[in-house]
This record gives sequence, structure tokens and C-alpha cells, in this order.
Amino acid sequence: MTTSTEALPSAHMAKRRDSFIELNGRERAITFFDPDSWRELLGPFDRIESPWLLPQNVTPQSDDGCIVLKGKIDGISTVVISMEPAFQGGSLGEVSGAKICAALDLACRDTENGIRTNAVLLLETGGVRLTEANLGLAAVAEIIASLLSLRKVSPIVCLSAGTVGCFGGMSLVAALSSYMVMTTEGRLGLNGPEVIEQEHGVEEFDSKDRTLIWAIDGGEQRYATGLADVLVKDDVGEIRQAVRSLLKAGVPSVYRSEQVDLYRKRIAALDPAYQWNPEDLRKTWHRENTK
Amino acid sequence: MSTDSILSTRGRVWFEALAGQSGKSTDPRDPDSVLVADAPLGEAQARFLCVVPNAAARFPRAREGEVGLEEAYALATHVREVIDSHKSVDRRPIIAIVDVKSQAYGRREETAAIYLAAAVAADAYASARMLGHPVIALVVGQALSGAFLTHGYQANRILAFDDPGVIIHAMHKEAAARVTRRSVAELDKLAETIVPLSYDIKDYAKLGLLYDLLKVKDADKPQTADVDLVKERISAAVDDARRGPKDLSSRWLSAAAATTRSATLKTREAMFSQWSQTS
Repeated sequence: MTTSTEALPSAHMAKRRDSFIELNGRERAITFFDPDSWRELLGPFDRIESPWLLPQNVTPQSDDGCIVLKGKIDGISTVVISMEPAFQGGSLGEVSGAKICAALDLACRDTENGIRTNAVLLLETGGVRLTEANLGLAAVAEIIASLLSLRKVSPIVCLSAGTVGCFGGMSLVAALSSYMVMTTEGRLGLNGPEVIEQEHGVEEFDSKDRTLIWAIDGGEQRYATGLADVLVKDDVGEIRQAVRSLLKAGVPSVYRSEQVDLYRKRIAALDPAYQWNPEDLRKTWHRENTK
Repeated sequence: MSTDSILSTRGRVWFEALAGQSGKSTDPRDPDSVLVADAPLGEAQARFLCVVPNAAARFPRAREGEVGLEEAYALATHVREVIDSHKSVDRRPIIAIVDVKSQAYGRREETAAIYLAAAVAADAYASARMLGHPVIALVVGQALSGAFLTHGYQANRILAFDDPGVIIHAMHKEAAARVTRRSVAELDKLAETIVPLSYDIKDYAKLGLLYDLLKVKDADKPQTADVDLVKERISAAVDDARRGPKDLSSRWLSAAAATTRSATLKTREAMFSQWSQTS
């Protein structure tokens, strides 16, 4: 391990400064706002923590790993919700779930009252926090309900930047958003590779095969198959610009999650007799055939 | 590895008992694992839906009652049919009979974006609810994780049998123990005091998420008296849903939630209060 930054070439330093992934959850959220326009809601000093962790000898965090910032993006009221990847794998518990649900409800209420409020969700999350099990799962259902109400009136942009990815119940939240942004490092899927391997063995899914994981869940694949709207580099400026453009585009007229017949046709055309090469899916699920 | 070799028949038997028919779909696109029927419920004509095991399913990871790709899309189709066929003022109830051990865990499923399939079904159920269709989930067996999010968890009202075979949870016990690095015995011990960890439906009821917990004589073999009781309670839930808001607020505003979900309520209250303060 080096203790001196002099050992690092300056070009590398410049690149590091632009990386979005290397920022923590709060720093990530801040990058989107107009300067000095934001404030944090239910921040660490409010100390609203999970009541379920200490009895299980898990140290809670005073923001429950979910950062909610409200401010302006291009002058328009926006709430940015960021799951902190470093706390419990970005998992969703009772308090973080209630924060998200309430923020989406309030954005909806304000928009319906004439104060247009958009939402951005930074989903670095392994899904439901298993130490809060049923309240995490219930929170996912409630977030889905609130998101679908808000989606009608204001755009909601979701981002999977990396490195946790977006898995479990929160992958449904991503799928239901107005727009999905991914980086090459981002991942999006329902069941994590480890869980699949545990259930059905290494032949079904080798969770150590990183190439396979990214070939299936990775940002490039999800974008090429029309499941993500924008693919960006891990760069603060590029990600910020992509999110701003989508917010500006407003409420979309078509959602993937309403295209039942299109996706039924696609599933019917697949032959489950063998494991597919994810590359091949790009030919039939080409993004230009989707919306 | 999956150890459940005995496939549950609860979904099918309760579907047949409540809908009075087999539920075999006439849509040639549907897998045999999705049962759908329209049948009278009180004064209304309701749509009943259920996912059952299908040993001959096209997808190998969806043969034991898991909710897979085809199941999720078929559910969405049949929920949206109810929405689209709406003609009268009273929107028809949708009854999801739930006995689903899990979502399908498989490489094919991940490749073909099962998260989207699950979301498509959740969107259909939620859209029906928001348009005023009473959506009722009746949990007769297992309601696990992504499978329940796909089929049932967007309901206005959730009813469950008070029976040891009924389990609502985020992950099945063995896997949850493994992921949290505990033994099953340790997990059981913790669940005695930490309500959301419990696999006991009586503890689940304490979370305030249930509208009704129904005691039936035999959860595996529907008796006539029980079928009548269940229909009556579903009808009551339909009426209650019609009277209430179209969101899910009844879950955290319930009497049980006032104690068990005090952190949810405190969080919501603080968020509402801080939201409108000017900085």
C-alpha cells in the first residue's frame, strides 16, 4: 500500500476526480443539483435509525443508508434519493423504505398541487435487508405503489452506476421508473448470481464468473437489449448531463412495463432447451425495436 | 439446492373451490401454471388468478410453482383484460390466490430480464387498484419475496389463512440463514423477538399489513363452510377496498402498524414536516 500520492501519475489523478462510482451515496446525490440549491431531509443529525438492527448486534446508521436531498435541477424542484452502497450493501430496511416512499408521495402531492417535482433514484442496492426481512419486502411493495402514482405526473430517473448494482425487489423499482440510466459498471437483475448458484448449483450460474455476470446483468447488455434508456461512462459530468436531459424530456408516453404483448412475444420466441448466449439476445431484443 | 419435492396443491384447490372451475386458460399463449377464471363473488363478477406448479413448464426453473417469466406476463395480460373490459361504474374485483414458493431462480430468467416481467405484473395489479378495481390477495400457502411482489403484494387488501403452512417472507428460511450467516435455530430464536424476521403468519399479522387472518378447518382440503366463510370475507374486503383510498396507506395506518411500524410512521411524519420547510 502506498502512503504517498506522489506515486500516482497526474493523469490518473484527474481521471479519479471525475469518477462517480468512487463517491459515497451523499456525494453522488449532490452532483446533480444546481449550486447551493439543495438541502438534506432526515439527515444523520435527525438520527432516525432502524430499530431492528441493534438487537441483532448490527450497528445502525443515523440515515439508515438512504440519503434524501431536495433542491433544484435546472431550476425545477427535484428530490434525489441515494442508497448508500457502503451501509449493509445498500439494502432496504423499514426506515430507508419509509423515507423513499414518503419522498415519492410528497413529490406527487406537490406536482398535483402545481409545484412540479421530479425524482432521481440512485439505486446501489442488493434489495431487501434480510435483518428486517418482511418490513423490507413490504417497503418495496409500497415504494412501487408510490412510484407508479408519481410516474404519471413527473419523470423519475433511476441510475445503476456501480459497484453494488441494483438487485432484488429494487430491480422492479428500476423497471417501473420513467427512465433507466446505467454505466458499464452498473448491473440490473432480480436474483443475484450467488442466490441462483445456491438454489440450483454452479452449472446454473457460476457466481464467480464476472464476465458471465456482466454479460447478463451489465449496463452494456441492458442498454443493447433496450432495457436501459441511456448508457454512460463512469463520469460525474456525463451522468449528470444524461439525468438532466431525461428530466427535461418529462413524462414518457410509453413504458416498458406496459408493453405486455411485446415482451410475451419475445419470451415465447426464446427456446429454453439450452442456455442462451446473452450476445444473441441483442439481435432480437434490439433497443430500436422496443419503444 | 431446492429441497421441496412435494409440490403444493393449495393454490389449485382453493382456486377451484372459490371460482368453481378449473381455471384453464383459453389464451394459447398461457402456460398451464396460470389459472384464470371469472366467477361470481357476492353481487359482483370477479376475476380469479392463481399460479400453480406445472411439471411440464417450458422453463426448467419454473416447474415447481415458482413465478417465472411466462407466469408473470400471463398474470399481467389477465389483469389488464379486466381493466380494458371495464364498462360499468363499478370496477370488477380481482382476486389473487397466492401460493408461490419463490420467483424463478435461473440464468435464463436473468438473461431475459425476469425483473421486468415481475414489474410488468406488479404494474398491472397496481394500475387496476389505482383505477378503482378492488384487488384482493388471499394467501393460502407461501407468499415469498419476488413471487409475492409479482403476484399479490400490490393488492388493496391482503387476507391470509391462520395456518402453519402459510408463510409470507422475504426469503425462505434456509437461504435467509445462509445469507445472514446464522443457523436456522439462531434465526428462529431471533424471530421470537424481532417480528419482521418471523416465519409465523401470526407474527406477520402484527405488522399491520393484513386486512384479515382467517381460521379455516383444513387449509389443504376446502370444506363447504370454510369456502362460504372465505367468500364472505373476501367480499367484505372488496367492499372495504371500494370505500377506502386507492393507495396502500391502509397498511401503515392500521392499528397493528401503530406499534410495530412506529419507525415507519415517525419517518413519514418527519419527512412530511421537513419537506416543506424552506432552507
